[in-house]
Amino acid sequence: MNKNVLFIMRRAPHAGNHAHETLDAVMTVAAFDQSVRVLFVDDGVFQLKKDQDPAAIGLKHVAPWFQALRIYGVHELFVEAESLSERSLGEDDLSLPVQLLQRDQIAGLLGSQDVILTS
Amino acid sequence: MSVLHIVNRSPCESRSLELCLARAAAGDTVLLIENAVYAAMRDSIAARQIETALGRIAVCVLEPDLAARGFAAAAPLEGIARIDYAGFVELSVAHRAALSWC
Amino acid sequence: MKFAIQVNSSPYQSQASATAYQFVETALRKGHQVVRVFFYHEGIYNGLHDAASADDDWSIARCWSALAKDHDIDLVLCISAAQQRGLPVAETAGHTGKAESNVAEGFHLAGLGQWVDAIITADRVVSFGG
Repeated sequence: MNKNVLFIMRRAPHAGNHAHETLDAVMTVAAFDQSVRVLFVDDGVFQLKKDQDPAAIGLKHVAPWFQALRIYGVHELFVEAESLSERSLGEDDLSLPVQLLQRDQIAGLLGSQDVILTS
Repeated sequence: MSVLHIVNRSPCESRSLELCLARAAAGDTVLLIENAVYAAMRDSIAARQIETALGRIAVCVLEPDLAARGFAAAAPLEGIARIDYAGFVELSVAHRAALSWC
Repeated sequence: MKFAIQVNSSPYQSQASATAYQFVETALRKGHQVVRVFFYHEGIYNGLHDAASADDDWSIARCWSALAKDHDIDLVLCISAAQQRGLPVAETAGHTGKAESNVAEGFHLAGLGQWVDAIITADRVVSFGG
């Protein structure tokens, strides 16, 4: 059975290993041939900020984790436009190509899901 | 199909409720649990946002969480339904997906 | 109706696991089926054997254990999340039971595949904490 599963990323990077574990779950769900989508909202959009250099804080780069999503067949990445603009970010600041959604379009995405998991 | 939005953060600590209300569709339900029950009080910091959303979205508050915080006798905002855990289970049956804005 | 439940917070950190327990207990009492409760992220701390607390102390792990015993529900601690947090997990954990000595009664260790299996099987998925 194929289900629509949406993961919502709401947390900034470098705050524990939550994001990494969530991506493990994203990839596992994708490996079971479910329809997986990832939505970045709120501080979660900072995960995709390009040019991150965490060497000086002794932590790992997060960009490779997100780039690996493509290998697992997860191509539908959504970012809420207002979450970017509220953080002085634009689409050009992101490390991956994404689909932008306006805040009032989020309800439509949520309404078409069988399972919604947040992180 | 509608979504059950579960909010558990105090509106004084987090914007979760405000952002959830902005992203919920007409016909969705927002359930306030744990520290989010403070939002259900009259004159709370979130009262205006909730009043604006009511009518478009149903808002419920989890009674045992109100009682645990000393608000068993307090009247929540008009239009907010008080429910127990059985009501929580019923809401999750009635909506296709549940979303925890934690 | 069939539920799959995810618990993502430790009982020492937030109310989320207590809420999850009340939800699961009520759903079972109302005649629903709980396919699996999957403990992920800090949620794995719900299923550790709490040797330090006295018998009369309330413990969420003991509540979950009792629920598993009474209703035969599947309580799964994510094996990779548990390993990350230092729980000794041998490759043979499932067979010898030895490495699972820190795991409270009624819980067992398994991979994310078990969670996906629960998602696919269930009619409803509800997650608590994060």
